[in-house]
Amino acid sequence: MDDLYRQMIVERYKNPLHRGELNQIDFEFEDENPFCGDHLRVMVDVDENNIITDAKFDGSGCAISTASADILMEYIVGKPLDEVKTMEKEELLELIGIEFGPVRLKCALLSLKVLKGAVYGLEEGSGHEEG
Amino acid sequence: MGLIDVKKVKADFPILQREVHPGVPLVYLDSGATAVMPRQVLDAMREFEEQHRANIHRAVHTLAEEATIAYEDARTEIAEFIGVSNTKEIIFTRNATEAINLVVQSWGRANLKAGDVVLLTELEHHANLVPWQILAAEIGFELEFIPVTESYQLDMPVFYQLLESRKPKMVGFSHVSNVLGVVNPAEEIISAAHDAGALTLIDGAQATPHLLVNVLDLDVDFYTFSGHKMIGPTGVGVLYGKEALLEAMPPFLGGGAMIKAVALRSFTANDLPYKFEAGTPAIGQAVGLAASVRYLKQFTMPLIESHSRRLVDFAIDELNKIKGIHIFGPGKGRQLAVVSFTVDGVHPHDVAQVLDSVGAAVRPGRHCAMPLHTKFNLTGTTRASFTIYNEKADVEILVKGVRKAIDQFA
Repeated sequence: MDDLYRQMIVERYKNPLHRGELNQIDFEFEDENPFCGDHLRVMVDVDENNIITDAKFDGSGCAISTASADILMEYIVGKPLDEVKTMEKEELLELIGIEFGPVRLKCALLSLKVLKGAVYGLEEGSGHEEG
Repeated sequence: MGLIDVKKVKADFPILQREVHPGVPLVYLDSGATAVMPRQVLDAMREFEEQHRANIHRAVHTLAEEATIAYEDARTEIAEFIGVSNTKEIIFTRNATEAINLVVQSWGRANLKAGDVVLLTELEHHANLVPWQILAAEIGFELEFIPVTESYQLDMPVFYQLLESRKPKMVGFSHVSNVLGVVNPAEEIISAAHDAGALTLIDGAQATPHLLVNVLDLDVDFYTFSGHKMIGPTGVGVLYGKEALLEAMPPFLGGGAMIKAVALRSFTANDLPYKFEAGTPAIGQAVGLAASVRYLKQFTMPLIESHSRRLVDFAIDELNKIKGIHIFGPGKGRQLAVVSFTVDGVHPHDVAQVLDSVGAAVRPGRHCAMPLHTKFNLTGTTRASFTIYNEKADVEILVKGVRKAIDQFA
């Protein structure tokens, strides 16, 4: 638990650097983690070469999902869109640097799921209902 | 009325002896989701599996006889627990959810048509919403809802209006809300529904662990509950139904045991209760559930109810002392066994995770009652639930953990 809430996670949860609105939005998507009711929106801006020039998130989430979104937005700026399309979940988990159990893994990966929805231009969808 | 000796009770529950982290003992406050089991229940199931395990109602060998007797004795004991002597009216299911689905698919399919109305409530667990939605989409009957007021009670004046204006064929509701802890006025709802020509179904999953339930006194038509919420095993639940209604209903699942005779293109359904028990049931679990009923009865249900109410009242008092805590429910004296709350600036998932670090197991989220949370604009709450093996010291750990979460996040 204390590992789960390392200072970096708590800091990013309290003061995320990449939460907010983008003026110019090329791709955006929002979705939920129905287990905890987290709601996340991701916005991405790209240049003419399909390089990501800015990315932000908005919504409400727990410490893990919020910190994960903040880390992910920071990570993808400057990367080609194609690279983000093929990004594996292990890459994000390595950035966060914490071992998650099956329940909190869903929190940690929500940001990547929503980002993929954005860059693949999916229809907005809501998640599955909690049991 | 005496008190429950919690130290002695706790000693009966092996899982309550464990630590969840080194040096951190388990404080189990999630019985509203699944209660833990005492040694007496585990022993009963083990004894059955080791000594009597066989299929029931089929072979004539000694074990089959013993297994059949054990299963039917369990049915009789569980029937008596809810005031029933006619065991034809007690159907074993997997859980309350399956019991409700049985009524919806069997009674609903045979009796509802397009334009009919089924009246539910806004505080239902998904188990008493989604089965109706599935059949409504197919048949075209309509769902109406008794609203929940700002003081977290069912809006009874609106209920009477809906009975009058929509003339529902069925009124289905939770006996006790799994989120608010509110005990709904079951007798009043049932009697009014019957006067208006409607049948009634109760989701009793949160009631049978804490209340003295007598379905005959209630005069309810269908009553459902789950074993695992009342210190029994998972995989077994019960549907009570009035014999005349069950008799007239078509079978739900088809297979062995639910038939008298089978030809290649037809079958004759078995008598009650077997008509609704297709396939080999959870025999050992039924035996276990009978043992949990025996365990609960030693205290008497009114004593368990007052114990659960006293603890939840203490928890509400202690939580209310913390700045930034909001109780989602009518408050002290009006909640049975569960308290759901939010903490300003701390997500329920984080509250629950920090609580786990001090040993306390609680439930974060929407507790399978998403429409209720949506109505009150909540993305989720944290729920603590209490039963016979909880004591004031457990509430103190809960409060300590909540304060820790606030220190860490808010």
